Amino acid sequence: MRVTFKIWRQNGPNTIGQLKDYEVDGLTEDMSFLEALDHLNEQLVLQNEEAIAYEYDCREGICGQCGVFINGRAHGPHDNMTTCQLHMRSFKDGDTIVVEPWRSASFPIVKDLIVDRTAFDRIIESGAFISAKTGTAPEANAIPIPKSVADAAMDAAACIGCGACVATCKNASAALFTAAKINHLNKLPQGKAEQHQRAKDMTWQMEQEGFGSCTFTGACEVECPEGIFITNIAEMNARRVKAKWLG
Amino acid sequence: MKLDSKVPEGRLEDKWRNYQVKSQLINPANKKKLSVIVVGTGLSGAGAAATLAELGYDVQCFCYQDSARRAHSVAAQGGINAAKNYQHDGDSVWRMFYDTLKGGDFRSREANTYRLAELSAPLIDHYVQQGVPFAREYGGTLVNRSFGGVQVQRTFYARGQTGQQLLLAAYSQLYKMIRAKKVKMFPRSEMMDLVVIDGKAKGIIVRDLVSGELKRFAADAVVLATGGYSRVFRLSTLAIGCNGSAIWKAHKRGAYFAAPSFTQIHPTALPQSSEAQSKLTLMSESLRNDGRIWVPKKKNDDRKPNAIPEEDRDYYLERRYPSFGNLAPRDIASRAAKERIDAGYGIGRLKNAVYLDFKHSIERFGLETIKDRYGNLFDMYKKITGIDAYTTPMMISPAAHFSMGGLWVDYELMTTVPGLYAIGECNFSDHGANRLGANSLLQASVDGYFVLPNTINNYLANALKEEHDDVNHPEFEEVENEVKASLDKILHVNGTKTVDHFHRELGKIMWQECAMSRNQSGLEEAIQKIKQLKDDFWNDVKVTGKSNGLNTELEKAYRLADFIELGILMCTDALEREESCGAHFREEYQTKEGEAVRVDDKYSYVAAWEYNSGNFQLHQESLVFEYVKPTVRSYK
Repeated sequence: MRVTFKIWRQNGPNTIGQLKDYEVDGLTEDMSFLEALDHLNEQLVLQNEEAIAYEYDCREGICGQCGVFINGRAHGPHDNMTTCQLHMRSFKDGDTIVVEPWRSASFPIVKDLIVDRTAFDRIIESGAFISAKTGTAPEANAIPIPKSVADAAMDAAACIGCGACVATCKNASAALFTAAKINHLNKLPQGKAEQHQRAKDMTWQMEQEGFGSCTFTGACEVECPEGIFITNIAEMNARRVKAKWLG
Repeated sequence: MKLDSKVPEGRLEDKWRNYQVKSQLINPANKKKLSVIVVGTGLSGAGAAATLAELGYDVQCFCYQDSARRAHSVAAQGGINAAKNYQHDGDSVWRMFYDTLKGGDFRSREANTYRLAELSAPLIDHYVQQGVPFAREYGGTLVNRSFGGVQVQRTFYARGQTGQQLLLAAYSQLYKMIRAKKVKMFPRSEMMDLVVIDGKAKGIIVRDLVSGELKRFAADAVVLATGGYSRVFRLSTLAIGCNGSAIWKAHKRGAYFAAPSFTQIHPTALPQSSEAQSKLTLMSESLRNDGRIWVPKKKNDDRKPNAIPEEDRDYYLERRYPSFGNLAPRDIASRAAKERIDAGYGIGRLKNAVYLDFKHSIERFGLETIKDRYGNLFDMYKKITGIDAYTTPMMISPAAHFSMGGLWVDYELMTTVPGLYAIGECNFSDHGANRLGANSLLQASVDGYFVLPNTINNYLANALKEEHDDVNHPEFEEVENEVKASLDKILHVNGTKTVDHFHRELGKIMWQECAMSRNQSGLEEAIQKIKQLKDDFWNDVKVTGKSNGLNTELEKAYRLADFIELGILMCTDALEREESCGAHFREEYQTKEGEAVRVDDKYSYVAAWEYNSGNFQLHQESLVFEYVKPTVRSYK
């Protein structure tokens, strides 16, 4: 299988980038998309060119490190899937595939397809934890948590922090990411003590990072690899209002 | 040097308490004068960094990924074991200890293994407190399931994403301490070498992966939490960035490497489908709770799996190991799959797989129950293969997964270099020659949260009285220059083959000769081949770009250079051990039925290798079994 990649090349955050064309032959349908890029990189190295920089680690859809725009969609043509799980069988022989980095002012470009997502870490740092020291825990079954609550917390907690929600949003909003974390912890009895402070601090930090506001287009939940529902954002907003009144 | 395991006095049940009673303490005002470097942010690294910071130490933490949350603990699916006996099925600390020791084929230290089981129950309390949404019963209590090699239900889980949930808890604790300004975090930073001053670990040289700059960091102790090295096989279930470089560099600076050849091949990964493949995706062992493994009884049976009637199916695990069946330990399940595949009964396009079938469980429990238990795993399978496993059996195959071997550590988790600790998968401590499923998250967490924070004080109490070496010490400059020289050397080869080419070659040799079954001539040949490959690599590798900037090819190259050397040591270790135990199966030592033959009178020791300018010298730590009599491991 043969395709043409149009790939964004940019040396660093303060340089000008551009799309460059690469013809790649010898691909097979069961290769993953990232393996096709690996294959291209091997060819580039042999032609004495610098390899394209893109990110990945686990290659099984859970670490959240991979993630690029493919033909105008975050993580490629399918809903709810990471880039590493995309396979070449989703493309046709002769296709042109445009590959760009995540687009958001809050995710500055590091190099080529790699962006800096430390804004997410700073949102976490602002309150996504339970302030309890190692060694202070009570017996695990002492506080029963109904299955429905544990399941709902897990649904939100599944977020892999890839940033597709931001990248696909026309406002570059990080509301889904932030909501998922707030709702995970605030639903559980262990997270209740700090629930209001958490809702206030994390949403404040989200805004400080320059992410846009949510206008409920629903684009994020289509691309989210874990299928986290947009209703989480409504829930977060409710928690935020409640925190302002009660916190 | 004589290896001193520092196992404390007293009865097995009292050892950890006795240790803590006698270990030196440091007053809180003094702790902040002491600094600790933690390399790696998986469960062990993040847990240790957060807990050490809570205790008051000054912590600097490093990871090569863009965020601490990416560490490969995130990918563990199935669960975490703990001797809670919530299921009222006869579990206890003793039974968990025994299962782990037996699962490891009696090649680990009794005291360490017991401590692992002992600290498992408080660890579950800890994670629940941190907000891990473990699976619950309707009444609100915690659920358990079974894992391979045991007959009780002691595995706690959060869907098929247990590792992710535990890691996110550890990561959030780490960031809590970053916010409190007790931890300085350095993401996209890779440890390039260890700095040893007057025989003690005093710092590391780090490469900033974005700017390419080499940086020096000094501390009173260095903790390695850098994970496993199974990427030496190239194709494995590990993340692509996982590497053995930090522990290898430490090894070359004096840390003994224990049991390097003890590497686990997981029985249920997705089969390789092409040469270009970069990764084998794991399907959680938990699937073996409800899935039945089989191959057709006839060779080259071309019928679709659902068209093959029961009488033409060979449920070979149930046939060979009736009492454990599909839940036989990993080493045994992998070898049994290899045996069938090698005998010509493999299925799939490349005849390199076996079936994992849920038909009976779906009939018995209903589709909804199976979806609830494994939904995300079935979804993942469909995303990767395009096949719906609710209606067609999964195809699975063995894949390199975990390294039981690692840096030799004593009871305090300190290596043979004073002040250098190894925690989590990168050490050799609790799993012997084979790790039981769901014990990996456990060991990493227990090491990081509970053990290290209670042993490192015993060393640091003395460091308090010593002079603190800073990064201007000449040794830092010398090591940094060595790192720089080796990076320049790689970039200047300018040969004709890519890094991936050499990695594929190394992977083929290791998979062929040093994976599921090994023999003398194969290993001897492998050592020669890898030495040749090492020469070829340094004469013919091609890496483009520069060292002062982000260069992913350069990163791959220096990691591979270390893997090549590690491969030689792994084969050397496998050659030396003339017995079969756990994951180490020497073809010369097997029964007529193909079961492993252990040779306790000669090999009941931990092999700890010392690096000696390119050669390896063996040291033995005898394993003394005071409480358990090693028996022939049987799962029949």
